Amino acid sequence: MEKIVSARNLVKNFGDFTAVRGINFEVRRGECFGLLGPNGAGKSSIVKMIYGFSPVTSGELEVFGLDVGSGSRKIKSRLGVVPQEDNLDPELSVRENLLVYAGYFRLGKELARTRAGEILDFMDLADKAGEVVDHLSGGLKRRLTLGRALINRPELLILDEPTTGLDPYARHLVWQRLRRLKEAGTTMLLTTHYLEEASQLCERLIILHRGEILEAGSPVELIDRHVGKEALELAVDPGQRELLLSGLDDLVKARRDLGDDLVVFSQRGRELAGRVTARADSLGISLNYQRLRPTNLEDVFLKLTGETLQGSREDS
Amino acid sequence: MAAKAALLREIIRVPDLSWPHVFRVFRRNLLVFGKTWKANLMFNFVEPVLYLWALGFGLGVYVSSINGLSYIEFLAPALIASSAMFSTTYEMTYDSFSRMAFRKTFHGMVATPVSLDDVVMGELLYGTFKGVLYGNVFLLVVALFGLVKSPWALLVFVPLALMVMSFSILSMVWTSIAPNYDSFGYFFTLIISPMFLFAGVFFPVESLPPGIRFLPWLTPLYHAVEAVRPLVLGQITPSIPGHLAWMAAFIALTFRIPMVMVRRRLIQ
Repeated sequence: MEKIVSARNLVKNFGDFTAVRGINFEVRRGECFGLLGPNGAGKSSIVKMIYGFSPVTSGELEVFGLDVGSGSRKIKSRLGVVPQEDNLDPELSVRENLLVYAGYFRLGKELARTRAGEILDFMDLADKAGEVVDHLSGGLKRRLTLGRALINRPELLILDEPTTGLDPYARHLVWQRLRRLKEAGTTMLLTTHYLEEASQLCERLIILHRGEILEAGSPVELIDRHVGKEALELAVDPGQRELLLSGLDDLVKARRDLGDDLVVFSQRGRELAGRVTARADSLGISLNYQRLRPTNLEDVFLKLTGETLQGSREDS
Repeated sequence: MAAKAALLREIIRVPDLSWPHVFRVFRRNLLVFGKTWKANLMFNFVEPVLYLWALGFGLGVYVSSINGLSYIEFLAPALIASSAMFSTTYEMTYDSFSRMAFRKTFHGMVATPVSLDDVVMGELLYGTFKGVLYGNVFLLVVALFGLVKSPWALLVFVPLALMVMSFSILSMVWTSIAPNYDSFGYFFTLIISPMFLFAGVFFPVESLPPGIRFLPWLTPLYHAVEAVRPLVLGQITPSIPGHLAWMAAFIALTFRIPMVMVRRRLIQ
């Protein structure tokens, strides 16, 4: 399998602060590779090093087999970057934004026009082609930013929090387009703190926490390995948690305290729920709330760190 | 000390320039200018016309002559230079800052094969273009007032280009360290306005006290005014090449600085 990105002992310091602490990973051709973690986990630092915006402190980072330090222009000509914040030209029209960007890749006029037309169709922006960007909604701007990143037919599409700040409808539109690009074989590197985004799009991902890789694998593997199929959320007095769960070890894969709630992960959630209810009845423990639901990547993160992706976002 | 040495090393290193990419950056700004020039041109153009009226026709009545010229003849050519200076410095401060720090236009460009040095060079060239354009528009106004005395005036773009390139560099350096829009007030109050007032636009620098007479010599505006005025009046003097050389040297010695400063600000 051809390696598109390869990082070995990659370190990034900002002054005294270490944002990335010696990580290793590879992105292979044709896959969507995810960097999942809360804000401040080091995702954006990694991405910026890949497109040459931020120098590598130590370790190795190769993109298309070229060292990011020496081959910057060559690498960038084969990348598409969707940044966290839109940086479109607000005074220019949608089409002009694409054409100007094509210029930076030195595409010929004819080719640029053709590609811009294709992208407008693909991103469903054709009827907005003449509209000035300043007048577009956030969702449309995002679609244009994504479309703009495709102008050079990139071999690697870098998506840095591509749907942050979008409403659910706009987010789904972006995801649909990304899935179509994936089907067409585009290699993608996605950073996100939305676990749903990562599970929808990524074949493989790494979970980052404070600049280190906590875990790596496919979303399904990670969920299966750490938290099983279902999560049982229980509102129960902390002092009674041990008692409630004693004797249920064969059913409990992992457990975590989350605020006032206890979250118990299990492969056989229904059975667990039944036995917990029975125990609570016989022991006279009051269960103020209980809910059984399928597990997701958020639970993996919770189990590994004791934090939530959103919660730890605020304190970082 | 080590930090200063590192800065110096960066400044003398060959920039990472690719001229086709520089040109694309320049063209992007030109395209945006094409959308906004009407509002823009008025703003930069009305002010020097007001100066011309107020000082040339108003105050000028009380000034018998300066170096054998009527006051308006003395003033008008210099206002060509100062209006070019202002249009460039506004563009390379407020507008460049907006592209660099607020709209993240620079970030968008450097995610493509365009390097940050290309971006800054494209900006400097655009600032130069704009100053030369506005200077020439004002030259036209001066001509309409009947104050252009010689076809040598067609060469005014040469000192103008050198001067506004110098101001592009100066402004860009300030922009690279500016924390916010407000800080440009200091740039104009401390650097640009004193030049405008004392670098030979409104009165000959010989009228300054002897101890500080050398100060205008340190400014690009002075050298531009000293070259533009004889060209417009048709009084070609042998000192013109010296003024042009001063500005060319200024550019050669400083053009690398804004590139390094912007890189230090953005790339971490």
